[in-house]
Amino acid sequence: MAWFKKVDTEKKTPRKTLWVKCKKCQSHIFAKEWAENLNVCPNCNFHGNISSADRIKLLFDKNSFSELYSNIEPVDSLKFVDLKGPYKDKFEANKKKSGISEAVITGHGKINGIHVSAALMDFRYLGGSLGSATGEKILRAANYAYENNIPYIVFSESGGARMQEGVLSLMQMAKTCNGIARLNKKNIPYISVLANPTTGGVTASYAMMGDINIAEPFSVIGFAGRRVIEQTIGEKLPDDFQTAEYLLKHGFVDSIVNRKDLKDYISNVLSFYNR
Amino acid sequence: MSHKSENISKVKNTGEAKTKKANNGLTAWEIVKISRHSGRPVFQDYLKLIFENFIPLHGDRYFADDPAIVGGFAELEGNKIMLVGHYKGKNTEENIERNFGMAKPEGYRKALRLMRLAERFNIPIVTIIDTPGAFPGMEAEERGQAESIAKNITEMAKIEVPIISVVIGEGGSGGALGIGVGDKILMLSRAIYSVISPEGCASILWRDASYAPDAAKALNLTADALLKLDVIDEIIEEPAEGAHTGVHKTAENVKNSIIKNLNLLGNLDVEELLKNRSSKYSNMGKYNDINKG
Ligand SMILES: [Zn+2]
Repeated sequence: MAWFKKVDTEKKTPRKTLWVKCKKCQSHIFAKEWAENLNVCPNCNFHGNISSADRIKLLFDKNSFSELYSNIEPVDSLKFVDLKGPYKDKFEANKKKSGISEAVITGHGKINGIHVSAALMDFRYLGGSLGSATGEKILRAANYAYENNIPYIVFSESGGARMQEGVLSLMQMAKTCNGIARLNKKNIPYISVLANPTTGGVTASYAMMGDINIAEPFSVIGFAGRRVIEQTIGEKLPDDFQTAEYLLKHGFVDSIVNRKDLKDYISNVLSFYNR
Repeated sequence: MSHKSENISKVKNTGEAKTKKANNGLTAWEIVKISRHSGRPVFQDYLKLIFENFIPLHGDRYFADDPAIVGGFAELEGNKIMLVGHYKGKNTEENIERNFGMAKPEGYRKALRLMRLAERFNIPIVTIIDTPGAFPGMEAEERGQAESIAKNITEMAKIEVPIISVVIGEGGSGGALGIGVGDKILMLSRAIYSVISPEGCASILWRDASYAPDAAKALNLTADALLKLDVIDEIIEEPAEGAHTGVHKTAENVKNSIIKNLNLLGNLDVEELLKNRSSKYSNMGKYNDINKG
């Protein structure tokens, strides 16, 4: 499930403070321009990773977002140690580096005046992987939507289940989908936005279960890893395989929407909710 | 995610031999090997030994009939149930035909169709889990491998009849969970259940698949470990050397455990059943609530 550990974030070049290299067209973009363009390549429209904090600024009406459940943090319940050391050291280092204490930020706020509950995954924290605390926060935010009868929106960017938590991470798929099932039964809309990348256990749970699935352009979205599939079938896969565009063609996302248009798109969709 | 258990002799001695404690002195890696043993009883063995009046039902009604997942009406000591399970082969030819129990979207969609049918007929569901994982192939992705699993996991939360899931061999990640969201999860003592194969985990986190024994230990994928983590509800005993050394006895134990749990769940009304299932999965996982110190 978690094959995508090595999926690239913004590669840090020595000139990283000044320039950003686009992973799609390889062109060097002035960092200031890249940021002003919401981490989207002005050349080819590749949508790079964006922090949960920037997403909140982009999506929610000014000062309307209140964070919830930031008290939920990971724990190294398996005492998992790999080649690079204990999992505990890893998530603590990630917390320092990213300033967030889990791979998802949860809360509620207004999108063009519409009150919603939201979960925003953040690829900077352990590749946006789904661990127990991640799942707990996503479930709680779903339950917040349920209790308050407001729509639920999840932004995914994740390499999949967090291996360092073993089956506990796998079970987060059932846990989060349990929250989605409750929303379904109460006819509360759930919108899933899939950013680059959304793979493995995250795709195979809440990210694919949106009443509306929206993808950002060129995002890699899939279940099994590209390399694993190539090894299985013994041939090279087409370039557009597992892209947002490929998923749109095969009927698994409703729409591909540019980052800058997401806010208005979402509020427009929700304006049709008549309950 | 296919596994390469053949390279065992080449595996480095990475010190995991010193860590035998639980599992009757077997290491996690030894249990992985037993769970994949070529003689280990599979779905069709249990079908023959403990189920009766099996009426197989085919197809997902959209695309195809996936031979990697088999299901239909069955009886277990007079209890009428819906039986759904991964179907590994008993030999190479059969395994190729059954894709080694690695299901495609049509397999998961068939499973969901049968579970909904069980709901309509008001009979409990028994799912038998034994797969290396969902099939990692191009056409599986094209037809929505992720969506089919996600859908099953979500819909199983709503099914209004009891669901018992039994891990009899390999519980391979999302491919297992896609039919595994039961009210009770039972597991044979030499079966495994994991988020990723030990080989896959080792090749990512150790950068070398031959560290699979270390990964197997770290992943806590044995029945003993998963009972402690509150992931499974019950361990079904099998011979220490593996179910293949005592097939009839193992099948008998599986039967008794399923019947016992069917009776437990049968006492609940639908509302209680769904509430319990919801809280079971809501409580999965371990985290730190810093407000609670
Ligand atoms: Zn570009």
